Amino acid sequence: MSPDTSTEERHEVVLTVNGVAHEVSLPARRLLSDALRHDLGLTGTHVGCEHGVCGACTVLLDGAPVRACLVLAVQCEGVEVTTVEGLGGPDGSLSPVQQAFAECHGLQCGFCTPGFLTTVTAGLRDNPTPTHEEAREMVAGNLCRCTGYQNIVKAVERAAVIAGDATAEEAR
Amino acid sequence: MTTKLMGQGVQRVEDQRLLRGQGRFVDDVLVGQGTLHVAVLRSPHAHARIRDIDVSGVLDVEGVHAVWTYDDLAGLAPNMADPLPLLIPHPALTQGRTQYALAKDEVNYVGEAVAFVVAEDRYLAEDAVGRIQVDYELLPPVVGIEAARAADQLVHPDVPGNVAARLVQDTGAPGELEAAMAAAPHRLSLDLTVERSACTPLEGRGTVARWDPDTNRMTVWSSTQTSTGVRAVVAAKLGLDLGQVDVVTPDVGGGFGVKINHPWPEELLVPLAARALGRPVKFTEDRREHFISSAHERGQLQHIEVGFDDDGRLQALEVTFWHDHGAYIPYGLIVPIITSTQLLGPYKPRVYRVTFESLYTNTVMVTPYRGAGRPQGCYAMERTMDAIAAYLGKDRTEVRAANFIQPDEFPYDQRMTFQDGRELEYDSGDYPAMLEKIKALIGWEEFPRFREEMAAQGRQVGIGLACYVEGTGVGPYEGAHVHIETSGKVKVATGLTSQGQGHQTAFAQLVADELGVRFEDVEVVTGDTRRMAYAVGTFASRAAVMSGSAIHLAAKRAKEKVLRIAAEALEASEDDLEIVDGIVSVRGTTAHIDLGTIAVLSNPLRYAFDERSKLATQFSVGDPGKPPVAEDDEPGLEGKDFYSPERSTFASGMHAVIVETDPRTAEIKILKYAVVHDCGNLINPMIVEGQIHGGVAQGVGGALYERMVYDESGQLLNASFMDFLMPYVTEVPDGIAIDHLETPSPLNPLGIKGAGEAGVIPSAAVFASAISDAEGFPITAMPISPSDLFQLRRTLTEEPS
Repeated sequence: MSPDTSTEERHEVVLTVNGVAHEVSLPARRLLSDALRHDLGLTGTHVGCEHGVCGACTVLLDGAPVRACLVLAVQCEGVEVTTVEGLGGPDGSLSPVQQAFAECHGLQCGFCTPGFLTTVTAGLRDNPTPTHEEAREMVAGNLCRCTGYQNIVKAVERAAVIAGDATAEEAR
Repeated sequence: MTTKLMGQGVQRVEDQRLLRGQGRFVDDVLVGQGTLHVAVLRSPHAHARIRDIDVSGVLDVEGVHAVWTYDDLAGLAPNMADPLPLLIPHPALTQGRTQYALAKDEVNYVGEAVAFVVAEDRYLAEDAVGRIQVDYELLPPVVGIEAARAADQLVHPDVPGNVAARLVQDTGAPGELEAAMAAAPHRLSLDLTVERSACTPLEGRGTVARWDPDTNRMTVWSSTQTSTGVRAVVAAKLGLDLGQVDVVTPDVGGGFGVKINHPWPEELLVPLAARALGRPVKFTEDRREHFISSAHERGQLQHIEVGFDDDGRLQALEVTFWHDHGAYIPYGLIVPIITSTQLLGPYKPRVYRVTFESLYTNTVMVTPYRGAGRPQGCYAMERTMDAIAAYLGKDRTEVRAANFIQPDEFPYDQRMTFQDGRELEYDSGDYPAMLEKIKALIGWEEFPRFREEMAAQGRQVGIGLACYVEGTGVGPYEGAHVHIETSGKVKVATGLTSQGQGHQTAFAQLVADELGVRFEDVEVVTGDTRRMAYAVGTFASRAAVMSGSAIHLAAKRAKEKVLRIAAEALEASEDDLEIVDGIVSVRGTTAHIDLGTIAVLSNPLRYAFDERSKLATQFSVGDPGKPPVAEDDEPGLEGKDFYSPERSTFASGMHAVIVETDPRTAEIKILKYAVVHDCGNLINPMIVEGQIHGGVAQGVGGALYERMVYDESGQLLNASFMDFLMPYVTEVPDGIAIDHLETPSPLNPLGIKGAGEAGVIPSAAVFASAISDAEGFPITAMPISPSDLFQLRRTLTEEPS
């Protein structure tokens, strides 16, 4: 029998998303993906399968890519959550990964894209100069039904170049 | 002069919002704002009678607003008690059956909607669904094409033999096929199977509706491939006037065909609930629901009889196939009709007869999936070509070349009726040139040497080839509206929908070219019935051809008006005017006027609203001797037009692949994949290649990994992404070699043909060809997994025929 929801306990949680703290009151069973989308209105994170396979809902928890459909929101207090909305610059500019996806036509319908962007952002931070094989490996846990991945891999490689150029620029 | 944008790989405007997480998909609409959420109770049985549904206690769950079963529907809207529409009737479809919005008395597939719950959120709605008790009396299910044909059990008791339709088309006179077959020097027969797969877009179905009691209007957002179709059926079923219903298609997270079917039960129940409850209501399908309650495609059994001469030329071709359309047939016979006609590909058999039966089974229904029957037809024909080549000991490309329609034979009448009820008449193409291109691209001539090299290393490789022709851009029509605002910005609307094809970009390219405006100043809206009420939808690779042409024509009309007003304002002849970057100037002079000012002048005003609009007020402009708006004119700087072609335009392509099959494990590896594609003139090659990449990946999935596994009781055993093996990057070729041929279509002003589905059409055929070549025995069942191949090897070595 399903729980008697009238007495469903709610928990006061502070979710820090893209640097902004949000106080929310949530049932324990609320998924992080649902809390982001429905409670905070951050609809950039998409839900493609709800069982952790497709990767569309991937967000960064303290910088590490995690499937938001496999995490309860109440677990995320004290954790820095980064969603696709938080990837670009404060001036609205695109991040190197976002820019590369635009240049390489690395997206079509755009539904899986936020999960790729967060995954690649973390991946390039850990490995800023991936080989072609490593670029493929970096996106090998995310499903896309539109692009056939060809241009996504190109975008990963291109993002590494853009980010590398930016780093070199800063060093000058 | 501005550079022409048609043919340029312009970066997509869509990406700016999608990359920032600012896309608006249907589940992103009306977040918060008092929106209620839906969960649906679905049948756990493939075939059962419903004895009783007990919903008592459901409304006791706090936060639950409604629970409906079939018995509630008539009271909410009388037409809701009828079955859902049969969208595409056909004279041969004598036994068409469609489901009810909620099951009435019986269920016919696992996943059929039985009860509908609306609650404060989805969690609560699912809790409530868990409280509904249904008493089912189980009936024996019909699963698989063999069971449907055997007809020991019936899906619908009043449909004899489980046959919804039987259709025969014959290009010859009575007896001609038999005579040609008997006279042919050689004959072969083949039995082939293709299993079910599905579109599986990353975003499932979804619908949101808001009823506005103040204006008596319904707004529906749906993740659909036809907003006008949804609008018409919502109005009809809810008893509203068309003018009371607006349907907006937001960003759509992939369609691939499944979202052309409409209305889904929820597409009607959601607006019904929004009206009944006075709150916005949202349904978002989850992944398991998508597997069991949307639609599949591809499943067919095929029998081929072919007679041919010493060169492999088709003298007589007779194809019989059995098509599994699932429990209901709302989309009619479109898929099997396409299989039966597009099977012909680039070839011209002397005489061709095709017979198909479309069969009911107790499984989720079948509606078009990218390719829409063409992959099965291509598979049948290309397996036949390979079989002929093997029989005659000829190169597979030679046999194909011997059967090609030649470039000077267009327009070529295949003497068949196509899916749109029009003649199957090919408009243009150059198949011999294409064959040369694909051979060069894959390295056909060099392959024997490569095979030897690999064999020396103990490795086994094979090469395959498949050719297809694809009727694209079917009618009846699409329209477009182009509006130049007083800011000089151009607002364009077309009614068909977008689900990732980059329409906002490609269509803006066409408008920028025709009007002479900057690309950035053009904004395109698709799939919004408030902006364009007349439209058909996005399917059959038709968007570029149909809406592209309509937009081009509408822009032309707007341009005519621009030039007329500018000529008057500049006191010049229209012939001397040119438009560059939104400025109309008189060639060879400095006289000019911008489009925004022309827009101001196009609309005689009584009231000024800013400095510039003063130009158009009554004491500023106009000849006092004439009416401010001439009799044959209208105010505003707009153009509207429709494009309605006589028949489809026929794109074509050839794919080739080199595979390696592991002699021990039977693992199948793709070493090289090549595509030559002819979709006429290209609007945006970057987008076209993206479409091809995606199609090839879906094709790889369909050929090597994806199948819907039903057990004998009609349970879908792999209804999740864990078990239904969609390709990740690790499964698709690392690089796809693409070459284009551009044979313009004579049927539309831009010379374009459709490109959306092409990448997926020859996949089963090309992989079967290559794996057969590697293994040395024919592959007759697709998809093929390593374990299938392993078993096949064992069977063939244990029982040598």
